[in-house]
Amino acid sequence: MVSIKNLHKKFGALVVLNGLDLEINQKGIIAILGPNGSGKTTLIKSLLGMVVPAKGDIEIAGEKVKDHWNYRKDIDYLPQIAHFPGNLKVNELIRMIKDLRGKDARDKELIEFFKLEPFLDKKLNNLSGGSKQKVNLVLCFMFDSPLIILDEPTSGLDPVSLLRLRDLIQQEKAKGKTILITSHIMSFVEEVADRIVFLLEGKIYFNGTVSELKTSTGQPDFEHAIANILTENNA
Amino acid sequence: MLKILKYSFFDLSRSLWSYVYFLFYLLLGIILLFLNNDLSNAVITLMNVIIILVPLIGTIFGVMYYYDSREFTELLLAQPIKRRTIFIGQYLGVAISLALSLILGLGIPFVAYGLFESAAIWNFFSLLVSGVFLTFIFTALAFNIALSHENKIKGFGLAILLWLFLAVVYDGIFLLILVYFQDYPLDKFALIASVLNPIDLSRILVLLKLDISALLGYTGAVFKLFFGTSQGVIISFGVLALWVVLPVYRIIRVSAKKDF
Repeated sequence: MVSIKNLHKKFGALVVLNGLDLEINQKGIIAILGPNGSGKTTLIKSLLGMVVPAKGDIEIAGEKVKDHWNYRKDIDYLPQIAHFPGNLKVNELIRMIKDLRGKDARDKELIEFFKLEPFLDKKLNNLSGGSKQKVNLVLCFMFDSPLIILDEPTSGLDPVSLLRLRDLIQQEKAKGKTILITSHIMSFVEEVADRIVFLLEGKIYFNGTVSELKTSTGQPDFEHAIANILTENNA
Repeated sequence: MLKILKYSFFDLSRSLWSYVYFLFYLLLGIILLFLNNDLSNAVITLMNVIIILVPLIGTIFGVMYYYDSREFTELLLAQPIKRRTIFIGQYLGVAISLALSLILGLGIPFVAYGLFESAAIWNFFSLLVSGVFLTFIFTALAFNIALSHENKIKGFGLAILLWLFLAVVYDGIFLLILVYFQDYPLDKFALIASVLNPIDLSRILVLLKLDISALLGYTGAVFKLFFGTSQGVIISFGVLALWVVLPVYRIIRVSAKKDF
């Protein structure tokens, strides 16, 4: 599904990705973890072609990412910070994205799911951070693509919405999709992730299941296992 | 492309500034016609305003729109759309809506005054063509500057400096050189130097159309000789077109390599 070979990226003098290799062929939920600045978002943005890597190859579903754009029709992406044109209304934005994708969308179902009906006629500038994130989630999930990329999906959500999001992610998983997630909430990751990919200094440091991570670090719980990696590497 | 263009248009049509710009030209046209009571004179006065103002507005709108729509751009970049389509669509959205404001804002009062029965119609037409070219040129230059500078203040400052250079400083340097080297034959130099700056070139194209080049003296005669020939006209419009094509080409190049 996703194949990344020898990926390099620098921003100025700062090396963010340093020869990263990653193969994702399984279905299910893969969590990409790592300390701040370890290159998670850069990796995700490289998959989407928003960041142009200095070196290396990325293929998604057999199609090269570089200089291509059509492969993105099979990706649903949730950006980390919901940047929206502020003078648009919520339903105008949803209609616009639907029009641009030209694909069937289940927006109504998701609007109901996240209880967004009262906000549909409000401008995006006037929404709270959490409501914006819900709009973000609707835009992401409405197209039903086989690959879903979620960058910090939990940010700004209240506990009820967080539960709903968890349900939604499990539903998508049950449909046989591949879901990439980054998150800083370890309990969330531990609960949903089938596989952990841990980034450190622009490379993959660990790639395996949660229980494998626990055994390899000799720590009984997940949060300590992650903390163990970080302290051992002075990250 | 058309979809991006449509949404850029839609976005701009909600902005108050598009209407202010349109109303400004409408008022300017009406007032000038009222004061001059003559189409040809109004065209001359308008030219002086347009030559300076259109580039300024194109620059400011271009930079402002680019920075303001960064969020929209990021949203679009994750969609299955070519990068080139996104940026060229946005550029055309701004340039076309500015050009429309200009054409409609000036066109309405002039047509109402009886432009179509007047001999000044071609003068007015050449004025509009220059205005449209200048809009496309300076919006493209502004997009270039904004694309290369993440910092809004810096981008804005540079764009204004570029306008100031082409609209004012260039002429100053040009004049200084003419005065300093007045003992040498300068007609070729003057011709080339004014063809290279889109603002000067537009000014001359309109002036020559107006048949007041006699006021320009010897150099004016040389200009008339050059621009009067079909070769001269082709070269001038070629240069104006190049001023559009090269910055647009750079928009495509730079945007293809940029990280978001």
